[in-house]
Amino acid sequence: MRPTPGVSPLSSDDLIEIDRVSFGYDASRLILNDLSLRFKRGQVTSVLGNSGCGKTTLLRLIGGVHGANSGRVVFDGEVIDVRDRAQLYRLRRRLGMLFQFGALFTDLTVYDNVAFPLREMTDLPEGMVHDIVLMKLNAVGLRGAAPLKISEVSGGMARRIALARAIALDPELIMYDEPFAGLDLISMGVAAKLIRTLNDVTGATTLLISHDVPECMAISDWVVLMAAGGRVVAQGTPAELMASTDPEVRQFVRGEPDGPVKFHYPAPDIAVDFGLAPSPSVGVARGAVA
Amino acid sequence: MNWLASIGARALNVLAAWGRAAIFFIDLLAALPAGLRRPMLVIEQMHAIGNRSLLIILASGMAVGFVLALQLYNTLITFGAAESLGLVVNLSLVRELGPVVTALLFAGRAGTSLTAEIGLMKAGEQIAALELMALDPRQRVLAPRFIAGMLSMPLLAILFSAIGILGAWLVAVGLIGIDAGNFWSIQQNAVDVWRDVGNGVVKSAVFGVICTAVALYQGYETEATPEGVAYATTRTVVVSSLAVLGMDFLLTALMFSAPS
Repeated sequence: MRPTPGVSPLSSDDLIEIDRVSFGYDASRLILNDLSLRFKRGQVTSVLGNSGCGKTTLLRLIGGVHGANSGRVVFDGEVIDVRDRAQLYRLRRRLGMLFQFGALFTDLTVYDNVAFPLREMTDLPEGMVHDIVLMKLNAVGLRGAAPLKISEVSGGMARRIALARAIALDPELIMYDEPFAGLDLISMGVAAKLIRTLNDVTGATTLLISHDVPECMAISDWVVLMAAGGRVVAQGTPAELMASTDPEVRQFVRGEPDGPVKFHYPAPDIAVDFGLAPSPSVGVARGAVA
Repeated sequence: MNWLASIGARALNVLAAWGRAAIFFIDLLAALPAGLRRPMLVIEQMHAIGNRSLLIILASGMAVGFVLALQLYNTLITFGAAESLGLVVNLSLVRELGPVVTALLFAGRAGTSLTAEIGLMKAGEQIAALELMALDPRQRVLAPRFIAGMLSMPLLAILFSAIGILGAWLVAVGLIGIDAGNFWSIQQNAVDVWRDVGNGVVKSAVFGVICTAVALYQGYETEATPEGVAYATTRTVVVSSLAVLGMDFLLTALMFSAPS
């Protein structure tokens, strides 16, 4: 079956709906342009795409960090309004997020970082916090690192600690921003398995953005391929995407250097930049991007 | 007409920046009750902001006391008023130099540290992580620091003035040979606790609000890059210093313009 570009079929099981959303940090350069997507409740959905295609921005829009320039983001039937802090915080209590670079609190120990959301968001007694923290750290293989300072752990370890912190409160929606980047092969396999297991055991909804195709394909129920500007190239089950004959999909899932997806950022001809050929348009500064 | 548009755009940017700063300050005040509910965080920050500024404050206070005594003695002796040295030193320190110099040192030592810390928290996505945990960073991060800054500044200013007076005593009595009884008694007789010391403490509390709020604002609004953080720390010192000097003139005019 050929994967379907654009919006997935309507379903009452959708936890998140991205409805014709456009967003740019400045109005002249849109990162997401008229993007529409739906994420099903209880599923692991991966959004795959090249660097800079707007994957992290998409997560930030769902978390209400930014407001869309146009369109709407709907979380469990509620349109997210970034100006309504009470609503934002109410919705955010239902989600956990793993940041691309961990975003760990550098003045706290590994243990205290994982305990942080438990202490701040719940009234659990310290004994129970202790047990939960050790369980979460054990799940990511870092129970022994609990007393270490954040400055004493490696980048890969920091990401696993951030993963333990993101799942500390067993949230309803877990968003992972590049969870596999910087992990060694063993950690990557463990992290992928953990993401899948957590989703199945807790009944959470998982939204994963990455460019690690094999890991995402192995654990996802649904995969969305995104290109620059937030254009949805294709979406479907991992099997559908792997079997796709679409050249853009094939290039992405197989990591081929040549194809419809360009490796280079748009630029004038290289001969023009090196002064070997005349500039095609008068008034364009040397080195400027076309 | 491009120049006109450019002036207009610049004026709008300045107004927008003032608006953002005002909203930030109102949000900060609204977050104060939440900050007070976290006394341990406030104490931690008082240690970081106040206690770690002690060395520079005490050393500067002592040095200022030394030179004040020497300079004022040279002037006062010309008019045969050397016995009033203790009083002039005391009033200079308690009314002006204590609050103002402490605030300038505070901006350089604690203010830059606050700006860099908040700026790096922003660059490291720690502020965004708090937001996504449904924790308001203004309540969790900014308010305890703001309260700690407000409480620390008057204490530091009092210590600055006290050590300055001691420094002046060392020079005046130990080096110049002024009578120790006269040095202290003239202060006891002429310095008013409320008018002089009290107003000095009020000044330093106002400067505490200014310096801490500026430092936190610059850190919170910084561009999350190394250059952005560096620029923000510099701006903290410049803006705080100018605001303190301007406010000092205003407060002095209000507090001491009428003769006692």
